[in-house]
Amino acid sequence: MNKVMLGLVLGTVLGLLDGLSAWFTPEVRSLMVGIVIGSTAKGLVAGLLIGWFARKVRSVPLGVLFGLAVGFVLAFIIAAMPNAAGGHYWFEIIVPGTLVGLIVGYATQRYGKSPVPKTA
Amino acid sequence: MKAPDDATVARLQRILDTPDLGDGRYELGERIGEGGMGVVHVGLDRRLDREVAIKFLRPGALAASDVARLRREALLLARLEHPGIVPVHDLGELPDGGVFLVMKRVRGRGLDAVVQGGVPLGERLRLFLQLADTIAFAHAAGVLHRDLKPANVMVGTFGEVLAMDWGVARVVAGSDATTETRSATPSEGSPPGTGAGTVIGTPGWMAPEQARGDAISSGVRMDVFGLGRMLGMLLEAPGPAGAAARTPPAPLRSIARRATAEAPADRYPDVPEMAADVRRFLDGERVLAHHETPAERVRRVLAPHTIAIVLIGAYVLVRALLFAINRR
Repeated sequence: MNKVMLGLVLGTVLGLLDGLSAWFTPEVRSLMVGIVIGSTAKGLVAGLLIGWFARKVRSVPLGVLFGLAVGFVLAFIIAAMPNAAGGHYWFEIIVPGTLVGLIVGYATQRYGKSPVPKTA
Repeated sequence: MKAPDDATVARLQRILDTPDLGDGRYELGERIGEGGMGVVHVGLDRRLDREVAIKFLRPGALAASDVARLRREALLLARLEHPGIVPVHDLGELPDGGVFLVMKRVRGRGLDAVVQGGVPLGERLRLFLQLADTIAFAHAAGVLHRDLKPANVMVGTFGEVLAMDWGVARVVAGSDATTETRSATPSEGSPPGTGAGTVIGTPGWMAPEQARGDAISSGVRMDVFGLGRMLGMLLEAPGPAGAAARTPPAPLRSIARRATAEAPADRYPDVPEMAADVRRFLDGERVLAHHETPAERVRRVLAPHTIAIVLIGAYVLVRALLFAINRR
């Protein structure tokens, strides 16, 4: 599997699981569908971006850093949206979201096929 | 008249023992090494203006059989063209009927000296595999080394590994030693005085059958034994300074154990098989000589993914913590 595809699949799956984990928070269970869709989409976008970066830059530290940044920014955007009570789940969304970015950043650098350089 | 002291006598003896090459092509320099049969001097090839190593027979070893053995070593080395074998440039004759061997001057240290300085395990295995590939090449060319030991292995300045001292090597009938031509007559292809019934090799490093005077029948498995001993030595060597002393990994110990089995039939059938097992270990694959437990299997499979596992563990932990906080 190439790096972009790996990032896409991993980001989507982890995003989905991240969304499903909201079930453990009883007060948001009624919003599960929206949370799962949002979290999956967030994971998909993050995975795509991080996979694309891994294809361009071959460096585990930079890949991890980029994954961390993308995960943080996307999670921050989601967390910035107020809930029904007008509050924010900063901690609950940003920390796991950033970690997901970090995992995808590491995995796309460590695993996944790099494109074969073109020869003349 | 005052009697000369011991140092003077030793110096004079050394001068007397040094062969006279006259004003020919080679100029003799200092002695740089010696083995059971020969001594090695540094020399200068005047025609090509380059340093060489010149091997002579020891002063006491000038019998016809010894001369034939050195001559034979030269012929044997000439047919073994490999980066891991010191190339022979010339074979010369001395006025007293002796011969000398002119070889490439190798700069480096003995394998034992190198690893005693503290080398990481991966590097030690890389050195071992280089040596194994050289011996496998010799076997494919129909030559058994028969005296593998750290003193006969040199590590060059650029990390290249060289198998030295092929003085007791044996040419096996046919072109491929791996076929183990047991039907060969005892002295066929053997250096004089190294046929059946003669103990060939170095105590502590030679195979049990060699110690019993049978340096022929086990064929390449004899060198497999020598390599097994070398692997054992490399595994026991100290790691880099400051690194914690560790027991060598069990799969590698199993490889060394199989290679040094008492019965030749229990050893690896050839050197490439043994090297392949070492490479399997380095690649994180299952080593065929080792019966791994389920726990060892899990560790081996997961080891290359330690960081990924730690990251996923951290994620699960964070999720669990958030869940616990929310429940309060």
